[in-house]
Amino acid sequence: MTRELITRRAALVGAMGAGGLILSGCDRLSQNQTFQRMLEGAEKLNLTGQRLVLNSSQPLAREYQLSDISRVFKANGTVRPEGDEYRRLVLTEFSDWKLQIGGLVKKPLAFSLAELKAMPSRTQITRHDCVEGWSAIGQWTGVLLSHLLAQAELMPNARYIVFRCADDLLNSQDGSGLYYESIDLVDAFHPQTIMAYAMNGQALPVPHGAPIRLRVERQLGYKMAKYVMRIEAVAEFSKIGFGKGGFWEDRGYEWYAGI
Amino acid sequence: MALDIADQNIAEEARGRAARKTGSGKELIYRHTLFVRLAHWINLLCVVLLLMSGLQIFNAHPMLHWGIKGDEADPSLLSIYAEDQVEGPPIGWVQIGDRKFDTTGVLGVFRDRDGFLSGRAFPWWITVPSYQSLAEGRRWHFFFAWLFALNGLAFVIYGFAARHFQRDLAPTRFDIRNIGRSILDHLKLKHARGEAAKRYNVLQKLTYIAVIFVLLPLMIVTGLTMSPGVDSAAPWLPEIFTGRQSARTIHFVTATLIVLFVFVHILEVLLSGFFNEMRSMITGWFAVRPEKIEPGRSEP
Repeated sequence: MTRELITRRAALVGAMGAGGLILSGCDRLSQNQTFQRMLEGAEKLNLTGQRLVLNSSQPLAREYQLSDISRVFKANGTVRPEGDEYRRLVLTEFSDWKLQIGGLVKKPLAFSLAELKAMPSRTQITRHDCVEGWSAIGQWTGVLLSHLLAQAELMPNARYIVFRCADDLLNSQDGSGLYYESIDLVDAFHPQTIMAYAMNGQALPVPHGAPIRLRVERQLGYKMAKYVMRIEAVAEFSKIGFGKGGFWEDRGYEWYAGI
Repeated sequence: MALDIADQNIAEEARGRAARKTGSGKELIYRHTLFVRLAHWINLLCVVLLLMSGLQIFNAHPMLHWGIKGDEADPSLLSIYAEDQVEGPPIGWVQIGDRKFDTTGVLGVFRDRDGFLSGRAFPWWITVPSYQSLAEGRRWHFFFAWLFALNGLAFVIYGFAARHFQRDLAPTRFDIRNIGRSILDHLKLKHARGEAAKRYNVLQKLTYIAVIFVLLPLMIVTGLTMSPGVDSAAPWLPEIFTGRQSARTIHFVTATLIVLFVFVHILEVLLSGFFNEMRSMITGWFAVRPEKIEPGRSEP
C-alpha cells in the first residue's frame, strides 16, 4: 500500500511537471511558423464550411426591434482619428469629403456624403459581435455596397473589395498603421452589406466611424472598417499592408471572421 | 473457483471480448479497443488545449451575460476584473450575481511568469499561449475544435456501429434497480471486484452518457452559436439558447462541468488502481481483481 501511495504521488508530480512542459511548449509552438501555418489550416475549414451553407442562399443576419438597441454601444479601436486632415473633415462636417471608388473598376467614381444619402438606402437593426466576445445591437442606415459597385462596374478579374480608412491605430507617420480591410465578392454583394452613414437614426458619430463605415453583418466587428475613405476592387491583397488582407489580419487575426 | 473463471472466460468470449489469465492468477480482459483508446487520448489533448485557449479568449472580455447582447455597460452574471487602489497593489475580484470575492493572486490580479503583477482574468499558467494574445488563442481554439469535433463524430459513429454504446454504456434494468447501492459504493470509495469489475457501474455509465451525448456536443453547438455566420444560416440556434450571449455563458458553464468531470474521472483512476487503469487505456488490457471472500459472509 505504501509503495502504491508513493507512486501515486510520483504520478501527480509527473503530471504537474508535464503540465509545465506543455505550457512552455505551447508558447514556443505558438510562435513557430510551421505550427502557426498548421493552426491556420482551421481558418480554411471555417471559411469552406460556412461558405457551403452561406454562399448559395445568402441568408440574412437576423434583424432586431428598436427596443433591442443597446443603450451604450461600445466604440472599439480608434474612437477619434488623429491628423489635421481628419480634424478638418470633422470641422467642415464632411461637406467636401468624397468616397473614392477605384481599383479594378471600369468607371472610377467619387461620391459626396449628400450624393450617397440620395441613393437608395437600407436600414437594419443588427447584432454587432466583437472578436473579444461582447455583442451590441444598433441600427444602421446606408447605401448598399452592391449598388456602388454596380455603378463603378467591376472588371472581371476583381476578386476582393478593399476598404482604405483614415484611422491610424499605431499613429505611424508613414501610413503603415492605417486601418484597412478586405472582403470577397460573396460578402460584398450580400443584401445587408452597406456603407452606413447613420447609426440609431443620427449621423454616424465620430467614435463609430464618421463619415461612413462598412457593415458586413455575417462577420465579426473588426471586418467592419470605420472612417472609410476609399473603396478599391483588387484581384489579390498580398501586396497591401503585410499582405493578410487587413489591419488586424496583419497582426494575426483570421481574414475570414464569420466565427 | 477455477471452474468459475473458466465460465467467465467463456462469458467474456461470448460477448466478443478476449480474456486471459496472468501468472499471478489475476484475470486480464481486453477492455478498450484500439479505436476507443486513440479517440480517448486525442480527445484529452483537444479538451485540455480547448480549455486553455478558451480561457485565453475569455480573458479578452472577462464577463458573462444573458440574452442577445451584452458588453461592459450591460449587467453581467459573472465578471473577473482588477480594481486599482489609491495606495497599494490592485485587487482581483470575481463577481457572481450580486456577490463579489477577492481572488487576488489567482484571478483578476496575479503575478505573471516573470513576477510582474498582471491584471488579466485567468492567470498565465492556465491559458494558451501563456501571454495575452486573443489572435493566437483563437487559432489554437479553432484548430483543436475541428480535431475535437471530427474525433468525437468518428467515436460516436464507431460507438454505435461496434455496439460499444449499446453493450457497455446502456444501463440495464438491473443497473437502474441497484442505483442506490452504486451511489453508496461510490460514497464509500468501494471499487468493484470480480465479475462486476468487468462492466461499468451504473453511475459510470450515466456519467459517460451525459458527457458523450450532452456536455461535449453542447460545447460544439454553443460554440457555433457564437458565430455570426452560422447564426445567419441557422437563426433558430441562438433562439434555443435565448441569444448569443446566453450561448457564450452556457459554453463557459458547460466547460466548467467538463473540468469537474475530468477531476472526478482522474480521482477515480487514482483510487481504483492508477497503473491498471492507465494500462487498459494504453494497451487495452485491464486486470480484474478477484472477488474478496469476506469472513462471515456467504453471499456470492
